[in-house]
Amino acid sequence: MALKLNQPEFEIERDTDKCISCQVCVRQCSNDVHEYDSEQDVIYSDSIKCVGCHRCESLCPAGALKIKEVKSQFRTNYNWTAEHLRNIYKQADSGGVILTGMGCDKPYAVYWDRILFNASQVTNPPIDPLREPMEIKTFIGRKPDNPVFEITGDPCARGVKLKTELYPQLELSTPIMFSAMSYGSISLNACKSLAAAASEFGTYYNTGEGGLHKDLYKYSMNTIVQVASGRFGVDVDYLEKGSAVEIKIGQGAKPGIGGHLPGEKVTGDISDTRMIPEGTDAISPAPHHDIYSIEDLAQLIYALKEATDWSKPVGVKVSAVHNIAPIASGIVRAGADFVSIDGLRGGTGAAPQVIRDNVGIPIELAIASVDDRLREEGIRHRASIIAAGSIRSSADIVKAIALGADAVYIGTAALVAMGCHLCQKCYTGKCNWGIATQDPYLTRRLNPEIGTRRLLNLLKGWSLEIKEMLGGVGINAIESLKGNREHLRGVGLSEKELAILGIKHAGEAW
Amino acid sequence: MRERPGDNKMKKIYIQEEYCIGCRLCEIYCQVKHSKSKKIIKAFREEKHDILSRVLVEEIGYNSFAIQCRHCEDAPCVDACISGAMQKNKNTGVVICDGDKCVGCWSCIMVCPYGVIRRDVSSRKVASKCDLCVDEDIPECVKNCPNEALKFVEKDKNKEIQVKTKDGSQKLH
Repeated sequence: MALKLNQPEFEIERDTDKCISCQVCVRQCSNDVHEYDSEQDVIYSDSIKCVGCHRCESLCPAGALKIKEVKSQFRTNYNWTAEHLRNIYKQADSGGVILTGMGCDKPYAVYWDRILFNASQVTNPPIDPLREPMEIKTFIGRKPDNPVFEITGDPCARGVKLKTELYPQLELSTPIMFSAMSYGSISLNACKSLAAAASEFGTYYNTGEGGLHKDLYKYSMNTIVQVASGRFGVDVDYLEKGSAVEIKIGQGAKPGIGGHLPGEKVTGDISDTRMIPEGTDAISPAPHHDIYSIEDLAQLIYALKEATDWSKPVGVKVSAVHNIAPIASGIVRAGADFVSIDGLRGGTGAAPQVIRDNVGIPIELAIASVDDRLREEGIRHRASIIAAGSIRSSADIVKAIALGADAVYIGTAALVAMGCHLCQKCYTGKCNWGIATQDPYLTRRLNPEIGTRRLLNLLKGWSLEIKEMLGGVGINAIESLKGNREHLRGVGLSEKELAILGIKHAGEAW
Repeated sequence: MRERPGDNKMKKIYIQEEYCIGCRLCEIYCQVKHSKSKKIIKAFREEKHDILSRVLVEEIGYNSFAIQCRHCEDAPCVDACISGAMQKNKNTGVVICDGDKCVGCWSCIMVCPYGVIRRDVSSRKVASKCDLCVDEDIPECVKNCPNEALKFVEKDKNKEIQVKTKDGSQKLH
């Protein structure tokens, strides 16, 4: 018998009093965990194959299944944790890099959870968003340096005209957009759900670096097209199909790392969309080979602006790294109309675990330091800041905007709305929820009608909550919250952390 | 019981096969619905071999779909029935087999173009088929499809119901 050092991460508890041997679990598991024995009319489960996606548990009609995380199979050791041991066993077996999916799950400080939001009491009145108008519309793009107005009549009766010509803007009905997730990393049904939801709600989704499938052309008014280091699917039609163009330099989950879609996954539709031959590896290099400096970046930004007739905003996406403030400053000076910053906890379809869990900085600190630096340099108005990398709730959005972001990107939250259970096995292509897979058995599990409906509900719910929180502090427009850090207080943070975040500690008043 | 405005405007179950995931929950809930206890665990414990599902999931590779009686306008099973057990209700449009009258000749099975009538040999020699869950607002198979691959809608005669598929549009079956 082969030496097997690894033990199951999950335990499958099947309540035999409830199990009706209907085999739904058998049919739904792409990892072949469950097996039906027709002679005994029972189902056996092999825990070691279980990835903890909870598909079987969710669909079991008799409620007979419980998937439990195994906590204590190794002797407790705070230094040599079970994860370290498991990874060493795996690597000693295979000699490879440990791959993973989704965002960093390590217990680094989550600053959102250490920041509290304000509310009005006595000295200024809160606003009830259900009774009074509340504006959460926001615009992404460069704002004018010195707007000039012309008085044409009574200023109180719309007698003011803006003389300055505005730069192209993206108009968002809510400050939430869907992050870059490529067709290839997620299924076409997932892409369709994101695109349809963005289109219906009046916000934007991002194509990621995998090109744009022709079925998604009709959502072009709500599409941000991405130009990444592999330049997959990029041609002038692609650029024209987008409302904005985003140059992807880095991604929160894997700063400094390129991408690799194996040739086996580059099948008919994906090869067409990415514009590469079928069966060839789709390799995104770590750097753009034409960008080795801010000046090179400026060339690409202006080339893209020229190619799109100066009609749409061109932005740059970077991951939050140690020198993010000067990097963002350089990007803005290079001519970007928006800077998307993806924090440490941002997700991915596949990344080396060591990179995902150890490289980058939390998005909260990055937003604060970038906003500060751009203000100091007097160039904050020249670009919008889009925050990404683990926005888990409407509260995170409100805090991000108060720290200085213009809008946020949600990726993981959107996938969770469509059914994702964060099992982190996206890289295997066996997503039981039909999201991160191209297997025709699995992709049909996500009905885009349901996906769209659930995403719309999420956007609707979060937008209402944002309005409630704004109303609570007596603000009636999201624009008045941007960079308004006076409404934030830290709890249990050090002087240094408070200084970087630019907020007071809870209990400190004016 | 819901209103049944006659055959031309009756609500029927339509299939969007590109979203059928082959889980067979429709079959399971159909069996529960037609069990004595109507309780899932009890029904499967005590009557598993006595209750037939009236909806059947057909599968080839990753393609699958659930099919049940189409409640045809001009139902061949009604014509073929030698004992008058198979009847189409004029008001509701639902084709139902009266178990007391059925003699088990299974002529209906031979003429059904969809193959959705089954022999129920467990109790009596009767034909078993979809009754569209007449006492429910929505049939159990439709209600419990986790991916909404089954739709219970009224088909407008002048307007074919279109569903989106990978290669454009396609009619509902």
